[in-house]
Amino acid sequence: MFGLDKKDSTLLLIVALLTMLAPFILNPFPTESGLAQFNAGYPDLMQRFVIFGIFAIGFNILFGLTGYLSFGHAAFLGVGSYSAVWMFKLLSMNIVPAILLSVVIAGLFALVIGFVSLRRTGIYFSILTLAFAQMSFALAYSVLTPLTNGETGLQLTLDDPRILGASATADGSIPVTNLFGLEMRAATDMVVGPWSFTFSVGYYVCAVVMLISFYLAIRIFRSPFGMMLRAIKSNQQRLNYTGLNPKPYTLAAFVISGMYAGLAGGLMAAMDPLAGAERMQWTASGEVVLMTILGGAGTLIGPVLGAGAIKYMENIFSKINDNVLHGWFAFLPDGIEDFVVFVIHPFVGKGWHLTLGIIFMLVVTFLPGGLVEGGQRIARLFNRKKADDPKSASTEPAE
Amino acid sequence: MGILEVKDVGKRFGGLKALSDVNLSVKENTCHAIIGPNGAGKSTLLNCLVGKLIPDTGSVMFQGQSVLGRSPHEINQMGISRVFQTPEIFGDLTVFENMMIPLFAKRDGAYRLHAIESVMNEKSLIEEAEKMLEEVNMLDKRHMHSASMSRGDKRRLEMAMCLVQSPKLLLLDEPTAGMARADTNNTIDLLKQIKEERDITIAIIEHDMHVVFSLADRITVLAQGTPLVEDAPENIKGHPKVQEAYLGEAH
Repeated sequence: MFGLDKKDSTLLLIVALLTMLAPFILNPFPTESGLAQFNAGYPDLMQRFVIFGIFAIGFNILFGLTGYLSFGHAAFLGVGSYSAVWMFKLLSMNIVPAILLSVVIAGLFALVIGFVSLRRTGIYFSILTLAFAQMSFALAYSVLTPLTNGETGLQLTLDDPRILGASATADGSIPVTNLFGLEMRAATDMVVGPWSFTFSVGYYVCAVVMLISFYLAIRIFRSPFGMMLRAIKSNQQRLNYTGLNPKPYTLAAFVISGMYAGLAGGLMAAMDPLAGAERMQWTASGEVVLMTILGGAGTLIGPVLGAGAIKYMENIFSKINDNVLHGWFAFLPDGIEDFVVFVIHPFVGKGWHLTLGIIFMLVVTFLPGGLVEGGQRIARLFNRKKADDPKSASTEPAE
Repeated sequence: MGILEVKDVGKRFGGLKALSDVNLSVKENTCHAIIGPNGAGKSTLLNCLVGKLIPDTGSVMFQGQSVLGRSPHEINQMGISRVFQTPEIFGDLTVFENMMIPLFAKRDGAYRLHAIESVMNEKSLIEEAEKMLEEVNMLDKRHMHSASMSRGDKRRLEMAMCLVQSPKLLLLDEPTAGMARADTNNTIDLLKQIKEERDITIAIIEHDMHVVFSLADRITVLAQGTPLVEDAPENIKGHPKVQEAYLGEAH
């Protein structure tokens, strides 16, 4: 299918199915039940899942294949967001030109930063990218205020020109982002018994873009280019003496992953048309590194899983406060209840980073291949149980 | 005129004169061995030929073109392949993928962005890779992770990767160093076969005299950075200067 072999087609189909059915899958609990706070099926969060999925897929093309660890990828995401918002301010509220511009600008930005940073390898490369990203952040935060609106962030206003659209709608408000008239904010609710599912236009636009990005990533992984990138990670000396120049290959990978980041940034702005400098901060760059490693660097599906896991924790775990905990443990005697809440307290709510840190440590220590490796091990366990015949227990690495 | 002409090459590392006045001419379709005791400058000389080092003086011409100042990948594209002392292969890749990379390099040059086409659609290259693997008896190992193979297999794979590019000059840096006797003999047989079947010039740096005398058509003895003698193998064996270089003067 689409030039993919059977295994990859299956993977793509599964991912497509999961993303299309996400409003159902992520809302497994009835709205009124106590577990409803674990529902992640609201548009804002689902959009963030797929957008950060795109970001991580792109990052994985650089880090997973070539092994070059960039600590500055948030810069491209931020640049993409700013470009998209400028497009909304100057041209029109249609998201297509905005996203195209954000990809192009992020690509050019990556070309310049990559050209300089790729003169070094290893830790020096990482530090160079980090330095560039922090410079971009500082520029966006305080120096280039006419372009970025500094710490307030770039926002739409009623007196923006919007050459191909209207500066303001008939009732005097700022127009909303749309895809040829289809409003990103639009959503329909479907109520089935106690359950409620929300279908948002914005989410489905992001999901389709994510599926296209995922498909392109599979093609890149299976192409001669992808093989060269893995060869760079494996042995640059041999590559040199085989008549290949690693530099343009790594630069191309850097630019491609920068464009993915720009695409994610553009989509973010398309869903919510504002851009702030904090998107470029080093913590944001670190987050995508965590996502990729947590999910499984160098695997196809890993980064998407990692992005989903981290965004889920960030949004769901952080909502569990002391009141919620007291509600859960109300059945315990008072003293014990307080003690249990006291013990769990640091790991949830504002302390969700602590849980993330522990999970990350456990994964890196026991599952160096990330969540994907965990899945493979479970699958292998089941295979072994199912068939006594040792031949059928395939140990082929799945992506 | 040989295929490889080294003229008056000298190289210094700080105060150490690693090479001085090296003159060497490797004739086409022969096997030329460079031998010498430890520290004679053999590896330095080899690194000057492949672009890893640039000599301070002299010239290195390959087929009438200077290789000096070119980077290793450019020199490979001219038709020089190098086998390393410890096998350098792509350990994270399968044997088959290891074979495909040199084939892409030969067909597409030093860089080409092939990001969307599938490797599996390159039928003619796959055929070539499989043919070469069959020649070195490794076809059954094609899906193996190459890092998990034995050292002898790695060496064979590395040679196959070089040969599949049909280079005009193959440089071997102590190809049997640290190998068991059986593996050494296999390597010798493989090299003999390569020499007979292909139009290829081989330059070999070697410690093991057994290897040198079973392969070389011509031998240069290097000592303290300068060639002592250059002659046919049968004349080298008994040469007094060679014995002096190897055993030292005070014997």
